[in-house]
Amino acid sequence: MVDIPEHLLLRSAEARAKALGITVEQALAEMKGESSPTVVDDEPEVIEVELSAPPKAETPAPAPAAEEVKAETPAPVETPAAEEVKAETPAPAPAKAPAAAKTDTPEEVDFAPEVKVTQRLLTVVKAKPIQKATSEPVDKVNTWPHLMLPEFISLMAMMAFLILLSAILQAPLLEEANPNITPNPAKAPWYFLGLQEALSYWDPQIAGVMIPLVIGLIGFAAIPYIDRNKENNPSKRKYAIMMYTFFLAGAGTLTIIGVLFRGPGWNWTYPWIDGIWFDDLLDWIYFE
Amino acid sequence: MAKLTLKERFKKGAAGSGDAVRGSKFATSIFRPGSPFRKGYSDSPRNRSYVVMNNVLYHLHPVKVKRHGVRLSYTLCLGGMSFFLFIVLTITGIWLMFYFRPTEMAYADIQALQTSVAFGSLVRNMHRWGAHLMVLVVFLHMSRVFYHGAYKAPREFNWVIGVILLFLTLFLSFTGYLLPWDQLAIWAVTVGGNMASYTPVFGAQIKFGLFAGLEATTATLLRFYVLHVLFFPFIIVIFMAIHFWRVRKDGGISGPL
Repeated sequence: MVDIPEHLLLRSAEARAKALGITVEQALAEMKGESSPTVVDDEPEVIEVELSAPPKAETPAPAPAAEEVKAETPAPVETPAAEEVKAETPAPAPAKAPAAAKTDTPEEVDFAPEVKVTQRLLTVVKAKPIQKATSEPVDKVNTWPHLMLPEFISLMAMMAFLILLSAILQAPLLEEANPNITPNPAKAPWYFLGLQEALSYWDPQIAGVMIPLVIGLIGFAAIPYIDRNKENNPSKRKYAIMMYTFFLAGAGTLTIIGVLFRGPGWNWTYPWIDGIWFDDLLDWIYFE
Repeated sequence: MAKLTLKERFKKGAAGSGDAVRGSKFATSIFRPGSPFRKGYSDSPRNRSYVVMNNVLYHLHPVKVKRHGVRLSYTLCLGGMSFFLFIVLTITGIWLMFYFRPTEMAYADIQALQTSVAFGSLVRNMHRWGAHLMVLVVFLHMSRVFYHGAYKAPREFNWVIGVILLFLTLFLSFTGYLLPWDQLAIWAVTVGGNMASYTPVFGAQIKFGLFAGLEATTATLLRFYVLHVLFFPFIIVIFMAIHFWRVRKDGGISGPL
């Protein structure tokens, strides 16, 4: 006999003791083969029920899993105790006994299901998981240190650059704001200067509103929904790249013109002849 | 005792001198298991995972990333730079708030900041150049994402959030532009406000709402100040949180071309 762990043995013994109405110690002793198995020869309740029930000859036992019946439903009477211990769950003897007994005539009380149960094959379940947990292998590295270290170095470099820039270049501060003195030209921040430049060509409703709102906000946000091309390869999305590059070139050109080539009255000036008419750049130019 | 070279002394010092501190109950209560600052940290795959997993950084980074994603030439770290610049701007901005009143005194405050506050000029310069840099870096980040086609499924919506973030960055920069209250500020904002007034139907109302009046006054200054230090930062932080979260949820960084 294989070695059965003590706690399983005890659990089984408790179940058996409860089923047969004997003490746990006795059940344990029976299981270990130290005393002869208790034989319960009458179970009045069960028999009474059977008497009233019409006998059914061919009914298969309502055993859920055919394989387990043998192990899990031990005959509470005849089966040797040792065999019962094999079942991991406590023997559900009282519950199953009537079911098995239904097939029987009431006179002979035989609860052994091995003899009576007819089994049929419902399905064959192959031994593999239901969910497929396979994923394509991806070449991955640990975030620490392979990502965080370069990040940290980049941040330090950026910080150094910013501090150096701020130490060298003084941010502009002109005279105090005066609504009565209009500078000529009055220029927007550099990132709006392309727009201001466009404003000098087209109707303000188009340049000032339609371009930033319709093209800028809505148009840009809609890019992924307009571009249905699934390719990432640049040679397979030439049109998209061309359009964006056009936009970049256009916006860049307008901005550079607005910043450098526009003087008083928004007239064309050359920065190398007339100087730069953009106060935000003052200290970049007159840098000592 | 033989004389140690500087390198040897450094090695010796780094070997175990801090262990009493690093192993103390106080220090171990601060640094979670796997932290390189804890006593007995060793460079093992398990600890490398713990550095991220047991850290607040886990909200930002996964334990492992695709190898191509850490190539600096792929992303140029532009998204991270934008975030970093935002943090720098927040810190310097809070510092500047100590010395600034959004009233008629604004201009005098800036002058005093530049002349009589320690590092005042430097911090103001950092805030201003950092803001310009952030607009540039955010825009470059967007261009990088476009050229890599990284906005394609399943990242479409994160691109939309990114566009919103770009506009919020522009609004933040624009509202901050007025605050020095000099000629450059007031007229740049006037030009910008006039552009907004060309909006069909509501043009005049938008300009009035923006300027808190018909033209840029100190009421406008207060309005832009509140928008700049409270309203837009509040909005942009929410969108940034979604943006970063979506980067993780949409499968991390996009693949190479």
